[in-house]
Parts: sequence; structure tokens; C-alpha cells
Amino acid sequence: MYNFEFENPSSIAEAVAALAEEEAQALGGGQTLIPTLKQRLAMPSKLVSLAGIAEMKGVSIADGMLTIGGGATHAEVAAEACPPLAALAGQIGDPAVRNRGTIGGSLANNDPAADYPAAMLALKSTIVTNNREIAGDDYFQGLFETALEEGEIITSVRCEIPEGANYQKFVQPASRFALVGVFVAKYADGVRVGVTGASEEGAFRWDEAEVALNSNFSAAALEGLALDAEGMMADIHGSKAYRAHLVGVLTKRAVSAV
Amino acid sequence: MTKVSMTVNGKAASGEAEGRTLLSSFLREELGLTGTHVGCDTSQCGACVVHVNGVAVKSCTMLAAEAEGAEVATIEGQAAPDGTLNVIQQAFQDHHGLQCGFCTPGMVMSAAALLKDNPKPSEQEIREYLEGNLCRCTGYHNIVKAILAASGQDASAIAAE
Amino acid sequence: MPKDSGIGASPKRREDARFLTGTGNYTDDINLNGQAYVHFLRSDMAHGKLNGVDTSIAAEMPGVVRIFTGVDFEGVGGIPCGWQVTDRHGEVMQEPAHPVLAQGKVRHVGEAIAAVVAETPDQARNAAEAIELDIEELPAVVDMKAALAEGSTKVHDDLTSNLCYDWGFVEENKGAVDEAFANAAHVTTLELVNNRLVANPMEPRVAVGDFNRATGDSTLYTTSQNPHVIRLLMGAFVLGIPEHKLRVIAPDVGGGFGSKIFHYAEEAFCTFAAKAVNRPVKWTSSRSEAFVSDAHGRDHVTKIELALDAANNFTALRTDTHANMGAYLSTFAPSVPTWLHGTLMAGNYRTPLIYVNVKAVFTNTVPVDAYRGAGRPEATFQLERVIDKAARELGVDPIALRRQNFITEFPYATPVAVEYDTGDYNATMDKLEEIADLAGFAARRAESEAKGKLRGLGVNCYIEACGIAPSNLVGQLGARAGLYESATVRVNATGGLVVMTGSHSHGQGHETSFPQVIAEMIGIDESMVEIVHGDTANTPMGMGTYGSRSLAVGGSAMVRATEKIIAKTKKIAAHLMEAAEADIELKDGQFSVAGTDKSVAWGDVTLAAYVPHNYPLEEIEPGLEETAFYDPANFTYPAGAYACEVEVDPDTGKVSIERFAAADDFGNIVNPMIVDGQVHGGLGQGIGQALLEAAVYNDDGQLLSASFMDYAMPRADDLPFYQVDHSCQTPCTHNPLGVKGCGEAGAIGSPPAVVNAVVDALQSAGKDVTHVDMPLSPSRVWAAMQG
Repeated sequence: MYNFEFENPSSIAEAVAALAEEEAQALGGGQTLIPTLKQRLAMPSKLVSLAGIAEMKGVSIADGMLTIGGGATHAEVAAEACPPLAALAGQIGDPAVRNRGTIGGSLANNDPAADYPAAMLALKSTIVTNNREIAGDDYFQGLFETALEEGEIITSVRCEIPEGANYQKFVQPASRFALVGVFVAKYADGVRVGVTGASEEGAFRWDEAEVALNSNFSAAALEGLALDAEGMMADIHGSKAYRAHLVGVLTKRAVSAV
Repeated sequence: MTKVSMTVNGKAASGEAEGRTLLSSFLREELGLTGTHVGCDTSQCGACVVHVNGVAVKSCTMLAAEAEGAEVATIEGQAAPDGTLNVIQQAFQDHHGLQCGFCTPGMVMSAAALLKDNPKPSEQEIREYLEGNLCRCTGYHNIVKAILAASGQDASAIAAE
Repeated sequence: MPKDSGIGASPKRREDARFLTGTGNYTDDINLNGQAYVHFLRSDMAHGKLNGVDTSIAAEMPGVVRIFTGVDFEGVGGIPCGWQVTDRHGEVMQEPAHPVLAQGKVRHVGEAIAAVVAETPDQARNAAEAIELDIEELPAVVDMKAALAEGSTKVHDDLTSNLCYDWGFVEENKGAVDEAFANAAHVTTLELVNNRLVANPMEPRVAVGDFNRATGDSTLYTTSQNPHVIRLLMGAFVLGIPEHKLRVIAPDVGGGFGSKIFHYAEEAFCTFAAKAVNRPVKWTSSRSEAFVSDAHGRDHVTKIELALDAANNFTALRTDTHANMGAYLSTFAPSVPTWLHGTLMAGNYRTPLIYVNVKAVFTNTVPVDAYRGAGRPEATFQLERVIDKAARELGVDPIALRRQNFITEFPYATPVAVEYDTGDYNATMDKLEEIADLAGFAARRAESEAKGKLRGLGVNCYIEACGIAPSNLVGQLGARAGLYESATVRVNATGGLVVMTGSHSHGQGHETSFPQVIAEMIGIDESMVEIVHGDTANTPMGMGTYGSRSLAVGGSAMVRATEKIIAKTKKIAAHLMEAAEADIELKDGQFSVAGTDKSVAWGDVTLAAYVPHNYPLEEIEPGLEETAFYDPANFTYPAGAYACEVEVDPDTGKVSIERFAAADDFGNIVNPMIVDGQVHGGLGQGIGQALLEAAVYNDDGQLLSASFMDYAMPRADDLPFYQVDHSCQTPCTHNPLGVKGCGEAGAIGSPPAVVNAVVDALQSAGKDVTHVDMPLSPSRVWAAMQG
């Protein structure tokens, strides 16, 4: 690693101030950032830890709304969030990674194979930062790209709790990231399907599936529905066609499990 | 360099660290606790697992500065002062749950964290919990068996050879 | 009733006390006063002309002690190759120079170009990044067949082509084999790939060089399976240091699996640099470096053909393999696809005619060498796959076809130059059918099908050859080393023993199992025996641990040395009891005179040897220390039968291992617990190869699976509990313990079982799939199902 200063602010305001410095970078749980730094793929002058900020902690459910602090770890989400999202969080990384990694850190990074983006797209989410609220549908902007501005911190995430939901993850066998992950959420006003791991453009909502499921919420409604393999990612773990196929399989399984 | 202080295996410990100093490096190089091993640089192998404030973490993926003031437990603190192995360590020995020993500290610390949360895990729960701990020697058979035994379950019946 | 001590017992491992408490002493735990750190600047290009290395800016960076480049190693020997293969035309292999740091060209991603020695690891890395390279990129040679095509870019400009050798075995049989194929009732053909693997012991490699200016002695601490071999190769061929001025120490080593046999450039560099900068120099590999600098394994592309007569007897076998050597010849690389592979092609079967052709090829990839099994997994995989395919083509039971063709009389001379001393392949197959509950498979398949899963059963046999020997024969085959093992047994005055062995334990538990043998021979407690290994300064010259040889060869040396000790102690005891030497018996640590009640204790005799007051000094020297070098007469031939049951998810192609059973014949067993563990570990690696692992290069010679993020290591939830059994025992006839090797069997025998099972599962669903190349990843299996 290149060297950097380390700061450990105790409030959002202090963290924002510290991040105003050029080349300063926020440090959530560090489970992606620290390995990145080890490879010397980033060179921040300062890391600003968000771990000591009490106002970014906690998971709460009230009035049909799930609120998760940006500093909540995956383990905390797995223990305290509504069941479908808890189940998703319990599949991120491994137990030790879940004890450090945070939802805010994961969303800020927006790895195309991360799990949370599928849920955030499906769960009518709002990404709350230190200075605004961003609708989940507007937040994800491609591979590792988000709507966040320089120095902006995800302080919390809100999700409308659905009538039913399920996440199906098919792991990439080495990294155990999602080769494809599909989150299906059923609301009174419609079904939302979030897909991660598959597309070259990052997490996305599968509109055709949503339309089909809105008229008939069953796996059978998805028969014959296929994603175009063009636009899917391909690597040594799966071709475009395979990923497109998996999206279909996992969506059906998620619907059946809701 | 700044001074970083923490409690390690119940004793106050402090040393010099740069911003970038990893907890694993701090333990190994600054405190001389070389039982914590580093087997990869992508946070997957788990040879470096220690407990920080009671939960398992990968010490190669945490800055020493992040552990300021924390309670840290490492493999060196698991046996009794007279060398008597704890129940997990003893089960690993009894069931040949280690060969080269390199992954072992992380395995023992992960097993301890598992049994704290889940005192009677099933075989499948053990296997899933060890997702972040790689072993290249044992094919995991005797590690899973040892953890079953450490949890007081009849490993010989479950893991018949 | 299992024994609680001696041969056949399973005492708890002594090693565990330190490994379980974090008090092991691995090479990276060693830090010497005044130590500097090295960072290697490695090529990120697969093939390029190295026009210049400008270190002027880097040399001025903070903390830099000295920067080394290829120029510093002109006049220093290259990394040697330990085996010279002679090809089918009588020509010796093409053997390129293998520099410590790149000279003139870079030939694979990861090749070290320069080395920065600095005060801290980060400073060394900072400076390495500031080195300016002038490299002209050349086309990368990656595909083996393309590498041999006319006009291909050459990896080594001074060689005639990218062909290292074209080996035929047994060349004289070629005509007869071809004729047998022409007359065959049935021929089964299979083309397959044996996937390239990375050994990935959990401990990455480390080297610490030290030089004592006062004595002129060099010391290297290194993660090695064979410190004496490193001392010989590095001292004699690279750095020109005589053995008495060079000490190599391999302390606790965190797994090897073959990848720590070889002499690596980093070892020579740290030893060289420590003298050059006059302070200790340490290198600790990162896992990322390991992927591009540890020797890889396997990487064969093969066409195999099996000829059968009308009664389904095997009549001939013909194979054609391209074996990847990578960019340079690693220490034992040439032997792996030849003598460790061709000689095993008979397998467990009476095939009268066999011809093996192997073309070894240079490519712009990391060098390939032995990895757990080394040549034998490649032989077993192709043979057991083609037999399975033949059975399916002929509509006969795969087990019955195997049984029909088993070798049943021993000793048996194969048509590929080896003689199996003993074995009973029907016995291991019978045992397998029992422990795997093959009779219950149909019911289990029905259960799986009810869940919408495809279930398959794969069965295969294997034979392997361990403890490669004897030295005079392997010398004729091209080995540039002896293949004996050594032991010095030192008995102390009060009766305790220290055994200094040339074998090296890096997980195998020698510190526990070796004393069991000696304790049994003398009739004393195991706690009276201590094993010393891993340091050339206090062990006799030995070849180390690889090829499942430690007990069969190293253990035999220990037995021979102990026999000498016993002979001498009997003389002393005879003197003490005033009896004839021939009448002395040793049992339970007591010497007695046959037919009398006279006896004297082991400890009294050993004390007499060191306090020789009442002692026949004119006939026997005082002291009690003996050394033996044991050079085996033959290989040992462990064999067995394995069964794998898989479930395949037809929607995703995901394969899960539901059951795995291994019935092995390892001859006599010293420590059943350790043997079980060795088999478990081998199975984990073999299943890993079959389902998960692959080192994949793209056309530019970039390694795409260069970290655990893309190289799928088997995890606990990828693997089942295994059923293992080694109660079938046909003792080896030519070593004193009657033992065979057990370290590699699991990795050799398991890949074909997995692939046979998956093919069985797919065919059960009516899919026209006869083969899927490893690893059987979900995407590959799914693609195969799509036709």
C-alpha cells in the first residue's frame, strides 16, 4: 500500500469536513478498499473511517419502512433487517467479511457483482447521503459508477418493506460474488425485479419480467421470457448466454420462493 | 507513525503504526505474535482471522488504527497459560484437523466465533461458516469433524470414515 | 482392538501443539538483525524484447539499498533443470538458459526483471515502480499446438523451435501397437485436456538470505520440501558456493504439494544479494506473486485411443500428448509428462501393447512442474476416462470391464517398463463396492430425480508409482540427481534417540509417525524418539519429500540405520551379559539371553556405549550413532478404486459431490489417522481439479485466474465427508516396512471418478454427452447439456 493518513471522526459533519481534502477517501468496512489499496490500485492521501460515527449505525423497521445506517455491517443487516434482505446480507462474502463490510461501503463501491444493488433496485429504496436523498432507481450508474458526488457519504438507506420478496444468488465459484443474483419484491402496486452480476452496465431492473409478473405472479408467467445475451458480461466463469439463462432460472426460483 | 494501543489476549499492547499498517502486520511485526498468518492478499484465505471486540475479522483486511482501543484475541491467547489446549484446539488435535498448520490459527479462531453464535452447528452450517477459511491439506473432512466434536456432538457417527 | 503405540497406532500429532497455539516457526516468522527486504519487479508482459532497464531514478528513492538487474547475474549460473529427457530420435531435449533475473527477453507474465533491496518492503516496492523498462512487446506463444506450427514465434530465439522434446515410449512398440489398432474389434477415442493448476499451499513462498562475512558462510531460510536439493542445485549450479559454506534451512513449511520442491530464482537471489549488500535479505511472496511465479501443474492436451478385441479385452493403447513446459524448464519439469506419466499408462490392466507419445512445448507461460501426483494423475485421468467411454460405447458395465482386464498375477511386468511387485485390484474394487454402497445407488438416483436433480455414479481405479527409484536406473533415464534417502540415528547415553532425516515434513506428520517405527523396533516409548529435519547443517544429505516417498524411502533409511544400532547394541549387551551375540534378543526395550533369565535394559546398554568402562573397546567403538542411505530397488505401487456420486442441477449445470468413497491399498500402515488425512487432502485437491480449479491464460499470455478471486479453491462447502478405507493391504515386497506411498493417491484417483459421474448423470437424462473437460464448472456443464 501507499501510505496515507488515517482519521477516525465521530460525526457525519466531521467526516464530511475531513473528506473535503483532495485525495481523501471514505473508509467503510474496508473489505473491498483495503485489498484494492494492497494492489496499489488507489492512492488516497487520507482515509476517513466511518466506523466511529454513531449516527450511521443501526437497523430499524417502522411504518413499513426499513432504515439501515450506512455504517451497518452486513452481519448487522443479516441479523436485524427484514427477512429477504437479511438473507441476502447473510450471503455476502464470508462471516469475517460480514463483520466488517458495511452496506454504505458496498453501495458506494457498486461492484457489478455485489449483492445489495439487486435488492436496492427491487425494494423501492432511497439512498440517503449527508446532503440529499437519491432514489435507488437513479443511484446505480454502471460498473463502479454511482450518483454520489466526490466526498458524499451514504448515511443511511431506506427501503419500503414489500409484501413478499426473495433473493436468489448463484455464486461465482472462486470469489463467491454473485455470478448472477436476482431479487424479486412484490408490492401491492407491482412487482420489482433487480438483477446483479449479469449486465455489462451493472445492476438493472428486468422490466419484461416485472410486466409478466404484474399480470401473473408465478414462475410460469416467466416461461419463454429470455434476456438478450448481448449486453451480458462474459468471463472465464460464464458466457453471456449462460448469464442470461441464469437470470431467467433465478427469477423463477425467486418468484416461487416469495 | 502514530502510537496504536489495544488489548491483545487480555493484555494492554501498544506499538507504532503508519496509517497503512494492517492489523495482521501490527500483530506479527510490532507485537511479535506470528501465530496469525497471511496466506493471500484478496481477503479470501482466512489464515489471518482474529477476533476484534468479540467477532471474527480478517486482520489482513483491517488497519491497525481501526483497532485502536479494541479487544483483540489471537491464536496465542487460546490455550491456558499452562499450555492446556482449549476445547476447539484439543478437538483439532484429537481429530487430526490440521496438517501443515498454516491455516490452523484462522480455522481455530473462526470455529470459536461460530460456536459462540451457534453452539451446536450442523455439518452444513459448519461448512458454510468456513466459507472464508481455505485449507489445502485436509480436504476439510477432519476440520469439520473436529468442530462437530468441539461442539459436543458425536463426530464419529456423523463423519464416519 | 487398535494399537495405542508403535506401527499401526494413531497417536496424536506432536506437531499440533505448536501449530495450534500459534508457536510454529514458519519462514516468514524469521526476522534477522539488520534485515533488508526485496521486491521483485515482474513482467506484466508475456513476451517481449528487453532493451533496457533504467534504475537511475529508482536508485535514489528513500530506503533503497541496491537494485539488481540481469546484468548483475551475468557470469552467475542459471536456474538448473534436474532431468534431461532423450527424445524418440535419440536427441537430448532442448534446454534453454533460465536466468535469475531476465536477460534480453521476458518470457512470461511474472518473470522477475529487477530486484530492489530496501529498508522496508514498501520502500522496495516504491522503488520498483520507479524503474523504467524499455520492452518491445512480441507476440505471445500460448497455445501448444500453435507453438509447434511452422513459423511460430519462438519463446527462445536460440532454440530451433518451441519443441522441448518429442518422446516416444516404448518406441520399439510403436509398429506393433499400430498393428493391434488395425486389427481391433473396437476402438474408443477420447480427446481431453488436463487442466493447468496452481498448487497454492496456504503458505506463500518466503526466502531469507544471510551471509556471515567473518566465516564466509551463506545461509538460506526457505519454504522448501527438500533443503538439501536446494543447497546442491543453488550452490553447485547457480552461485558456485560449495556445500560446506552453504546451509539451507526449511523450518515449518505450510504445505508444498510439489510446488516447493523446485529451486526458484528468488532463493538464489536472496542468497546472492545477502552477500552483495552484506546484510540479511528477505522476500515474502504475496499470493498474487505466487500465481505468476510458483511453478504450475498439469496442462496436458491428450488424444487417447483404446483397442479392444471382440471379447472386450484391451489389446492396445495409444496416446498422444502435448505437455506444456511454460517458458523455462523448472527443476523436474521434463520428467513429469515422460517417466512419471508414460510408465503408468498400463494402469491396473493387462494391456499388452502401449505406445505413448509426448511433445513437450515451450510457451510464454509460467513454468509447469510437478504438482501432487505429477504425471500420474494425467495418466490415470485419460486411461480411466477412455475405459469409461469404451464401456458406455459397448454397453457393458464399467466396473465389469475393468475387472475383466485387471492384472491379477504379481509381479507383473508392464509393457511400459515397470514391474508391479504386488497388488490385488479385485480386493480394492470389492471393498469399494461395499463402502460406497453401490448397491444403493439406484435408490439414491431415484431420490435425486424426485427432487429434479440428475444423479450420476463414476467409478475408476488408479495405480501410482511412489518413491521413484533406483538411482542407477533413473540416472539412465535422465535424472541428474540420486533418489535415495538418508537417516542418522543418534542414541543418547540415557537411551533417547534423535533421528536426523533427509525427508522433510510440511504437513505429513513425520515427527509423530517416524518415532512409531523406531519405538516398535526397539520396544521403547515413542516419546523417547525425536525427529530432526529441514536443516542441511544437522541432517545427512537427503532428497527430501515429494512423490509420496517419505515413509517408503526415508522411513526405510531410518529402519536400516536403526538396524545397525540394534546390531551394535546387541554386541554390547552380549558383552555385558557375557553371552554370545547370536543369543541376544531385544524385546520391549530389554535385551535378554535366549533360554536364560539374564537381561539388561536398553538404557543400560546405551549408557555403556557412552561410558565404556565395562566394554569391549578393542572390538567395538564407543558411542551409538549410525547413518544409512537407502536406495530403493523399485517404486512402490499403491492402487485403489474410487467412487463418486454427483447431483447435477439441470437448470444451472451446477455439480455437487454427494458421496465419495476411496478404497486404497497402501501396503502396511504405520499411522492410520495420518493416512486417512493424506487421502482426504488428496481427494480435496482432485475434486478441486475436477470441479473448480483452472489456471487460464488468454491469447496475450495474461493469466486470467491470477488470484483467489478467479482461481476457485475448494472450500469446505464444496466437499463432502469422504468414505476412506485402506484395509486392503498387499505389502510392498522390496522395502523393509512393506509400505507404499499414500500422499498423492487421492489427487490421482479422484478426477476421473468425478467426470465419469457427471457424464453418467447427463447421459441418464438422455443427453448425448461423452466428455466434458475439467473443471466441470456450472457454465461448462450447462453448455454441454445444450449440445
